[in-house]
Amino acid sequence: MTELLVGTRKGLFALEGEPGSPFAVTARAFAGEPVEYALRDPRSGRVLVSVTSPFYGPKLFYADDPAGEWEQSAGVALPEAGDAALERIWVIATGEADGVVYAGGDPGVLFASHDGGASFSLNRGLWEHPARPRWQPGAGGLCLHSIVPWPGEPGRLAVGISAGGVWLTDDGGATWRSGNKGIVARYLPDDAPPDETALCVHRLCRAPARPERIFMQFHGGVYRSDDAGATWTDIGAGLPSDFGFALALDPADPDSAYVIPLTADVDRVTPDGRVRVYETRDAGASWTPRGNGLPHEHAYLTILREAFDWAAEGDALELYFGATSGEVFGSADAGASWFDAATHLPPVLSVSAYRT
Amino acid sequence: MPVVCLRGPLKRLAGDCSEHVIEGASVDQLLRELERAHPAASGWILDERGVLRGHINVFVNGERSGQDAQVDADDRIDVLPAISGGQ
Repeated sequence: MTELLVGTRKGLFALEGEPGSPFAVTARAFAGEPVEYALRDPRSGRVLVSVTSPFYGPKLFYADDPAGEWEQSAGVALPEAGDAALERIWVIATGEADGVVYAGGDPGVLFASHDGGASFSLNRGLWEHPARPRWQPGAGGLCLHSIVPWPGEPGRLAVGISAGGVWLTDDGGATWRSGNKGIVARYLPDDAPPDETALCVHRLCRAPARPERIFMQFHGGVYRSDDAGATWTDIGAGLPSDFGFALALDPADPDSAYVIPLTADVDRVTPDGRVRVYETRDAGASWTPRGNGLPHEHAYLTILREAFDWAAEGDALELYFGATSGEVFGSADAGASWFDAATHLPPVLSVSAYRT
Repeated sequence: MPVVCLRGPLKRLAGDCSEHVIEGASVDQLLRELERAHPAASGWILDERGVLRGHINVFVNGERSGQDAQVDADDRIDVLPAISGGQ
């Protein structure tokens, strides 16, 4: 059985099913509220959810069961009486140390919990970083959306900010350095300074079998780093478009990555009216379209950055992505073929998948 | 003393009580005292800057008012989600 936690513009949907057939909705929570992201911590079984009420502001909640009672996490706020307010929590990620959970959001902020998500505190190193005034919000705000721990090394972490670039820490977040060398932003002038940090990173994924390797979907560009995020190489050649948000990989294969190209930043829909996932198994040297079972005619879908995830690995790799059209697609054979996991949901903001 | 009236989730977070008699001379003072007395509601009406959230409306005796509005002892203050926040 596979569980999907689907964050939508109108609440959280928990789905369960066997890959190949439509999944059943087993629970709905926070009805009517935008649920940006939901995660089940595999260590505790606890579900954590980011909800951004247009009335009451961004909040994190946790529960043991999506259909059960929810508690609000404490400490998810910026310093009181300051100049800024927390706008949104984009993503939640488990850390490497026991009980550590991270949350990233707008305006370019990282929170850390050491009690499994019951309470959080603001990462001051990033909040007070001298480069912060040079970051610029993208269309979705100044969002910290990617949090990629280093397997087995709790102090090492990479985060992606739109548009603040890649930031790296080796000391658990006390200090941060940029990791942007090699990234070319076509929306900046050619003579932009080499330390420019207003870089619109859309998504980062670390290859767990080779942790120094990170893949990136950029705002115009797909990149790979083989030195833990210090430098980046463009691997977008061969894609119908190098613009997009969603990114996934096979944890068993450090040369693998999956992207879902969108036409362009001014036309954020699947190219040519066809929905296709592109797979590489040679670290981006070549890309293969995977569209068997996906809409292939008059299909202009938008897939957002947190709406693509995987479960299991290798030959058993399952892939799932949702669209703002309310559909969730799945594959039980590493992308070779696809099925409709859910239809008629509200616009999908995020998908996270768990093999149970 | 003024009475602050809450509905929906704000009522639930404030001890499941819809009417709160609070001492204060302005809407701002009343809302800060309400959140102090009911920590579960902290951050739901005022953000961390202490600013009234953009899609929360406050009415004093039925008239829409701002955070800095002065209030009298027999005033009724309704705190309601605004229609502008719907999606």
